[in-house]
Amino acid sequence: MSSVLAPFRKLREWFGDLLKKINHPAWFFTPYVLLFTVFIIIPVIIAVGLSFTYFNTIETPVWVGLKNYIELLTRDEIFMQYVLPNTVRFAFIVGPIGYFMSFLLAWMLSQVSHRPRTILAIVLYSPSMTAGIAMTVVWTVVFSGDATGYLNSMLLQMGWIQEPVQFLTSPDYLMTIMIVVGLWSSMGVGFLAMLAGILNIDQSLYEAAYVDGMKNRWQEIFYITIPSMKPQMLFGAVMAVVQTFTIGAIGVQLSGANPTPQYAGQLLVNHIEDFGFIRYLMGYASAVSVVLLLIIYGISKITWNLFGERD
Amino acid sequence: MAKFSGMKINPKGFHRSQLKFYLFLIPMAIFVALPIIFIVNHAFKPANELFAYPPRFFVQSPTFENFKDLVSIASDSGIPFSRYLFNSVVVTGIGVFLSVILTSMAAYALSKLKFKGKKALFEINTLALMFVPIAVTIPRYLTVTRLGLIDTYWVLILPLIAMPVGLFLVKQFIDQTPNDLIESAKIDGASEMEIFIKIIVPIIAPALATVAILSFQLIWNDLVGPNLFVNDESMKTLSFYFSTLASRTGNLVAGQGIMAAASLITFVPNIVIFIFLQNKVMNTMAHSGIK
Repeated sequence: MSSVLAPFRKLREWFGDLLKKINHPAWFFTPYVLLFTVFIIIPVIIAVGLSFTYFNTIETPVWVGLKNYIELLTRDEIFMQYVLPNTVRFAFIVGPIGYFMSFLLAWMLSQVSHRPRTILAIVLYSPSMTAGIAMTVVWTVVFSGDATGYLNSMLLQMGWIQEPVQFLTSPDYLMTIMIVVGLWSSMGVGFLAMLAGILNIDQSLYEAAYVDGMKNRWQEIFYITIPSMKPQMLFGAVMAVVQTFTIGAIGVQLSGANPTPQYAGQLLVNHIEDFGFIRYLMGYASAVSVVLLLIIYGISKITWNLFGERD
Repeated sequence: MAKFSGMKINPKGFHRSQLKFYLFLIPMAIFVALPIIFIVNHAFKPANELFAYPPRFFVQSPTFENFKDLVSIASDSGIPFSRYLFNSVVVTGIGVFLSVILTSMAAYALSKLKFKGKKALFEINTLALMFVPIAVTIPRYLTVTRLGLIDTYWVLILPLIAMPVGLFLVKQFIDQTPNDLIESAKIDGASEMEIFIKIIVPIIAPALATVAILSFQLIWNDLVGPNLFVNDESMKTLSFYFSTLASRTGNLVAGQGIMAAASLITFVPNIVIFIFLQNKVMNTMAHSGIK
């Protein structure tokens, strides 16, 4: 028996010896750093580089300087009239409201007992796991443009409308639906972080404050709860910004077309796809990407200043 | 104001004062869960219920018809359903495994080891928390083409492994572990790798579970990879197959039962894993703050 196992024992010994020799920090961080560089840093650098070129994927990129940016800011009427205002509107509604809801729900959840809290937290978190796309069918059926759509059928029966409304293909409603779907799935990782943050606050802080004459819940929230969980608040804020811009792509899925009907739901991410993979103007699309990354960075910086420690 | 008695965090049982929270939380949870309950019901509806007018929310006589169609539509187009499933399982399995290992090793280095550029690396990674992959789809495409990864399984795995959020969470978690343990192991002659495997990994298990969940969601749901980086139909994943159902069945409305079944299959693994590991996730999130 021992002779059969001998090679395995040798392998184990060899492996044990190997582990003993791994001491240098480089062994630990190099694999991650390598992938991080290749798939995150280099693409960002390429995007910046390409944004100064004309590139149609077939010929080699031609340097055009700031032409793409100038065109984007002065000639791209669709960008100025629809894409930018849409993105701002979507982001400034879904971001802050989603963030506020996450905090409010986490705050309430922290004040109920363990079992119901766990169940409710799982339910509230679950939409963010669906990644929007998987749920397209729900929204298509609920908002379907004929009488079999759930919303249409309900409104018809209640007599609020006479004819079914083309919710998903009508420019008047698409944005509103996108905002609703965005808010629906906004209780993500940041929400979990904030919940854990509140649960970790030392209960004695509240008791001490009560003795010191704290008068109401508002004082509690602003003088104890938020200051005690500032790091989680900041993490949650950054996650909210990123999630808002990622989920933004749903307009195309909902309406089934890029560009969306009369550009009603066109956001920056869709604009990039439109120019990059439909029109193959990759230099121009890269300029839009850079603008998007700068906007996200700027907004995150602002939240950083709002919530971050200042010392 | 006499009644005001301070906030009670994590109370042991039910008290009347919690009623106001439930009054808000329960309707909210129901509202949020509605689309998911809808998917579950829709997936099991037979054709006559799917297209009934007025539409019915709950299924009357559940059937597996939609799931059968989901499988047979795949076979009709030449690639069996099991192939997509196999691809998804392989890609997600390898991806999650590698992601957990690479992330935790890098996090250990960032937290406990000394090396040049450590602070800069952590700062760049924190900056990358704001990174939105969708913004650099084009340069990523160029990169994977140049690396010759197009039409391999690796192209579905490698771009998604390095997760700044994962590294960040694990690093914050390792920061909490006491240095004494590591020091005494070092005196006993243990190498960094031995310390990492024998001491650190067991302690940071909750954080690893969290990374596993996050990378599972990312890879299992990924559409960019199979859409743009893989041309060979037999190497595409379940998420890709599901995303093409609308065009395969004619349109969204006609194929809605099948699409609901597909959504359910995509969603169930996510939620099941999360339910099993939620305790560990909450434990990790307690240390998630950006300071």
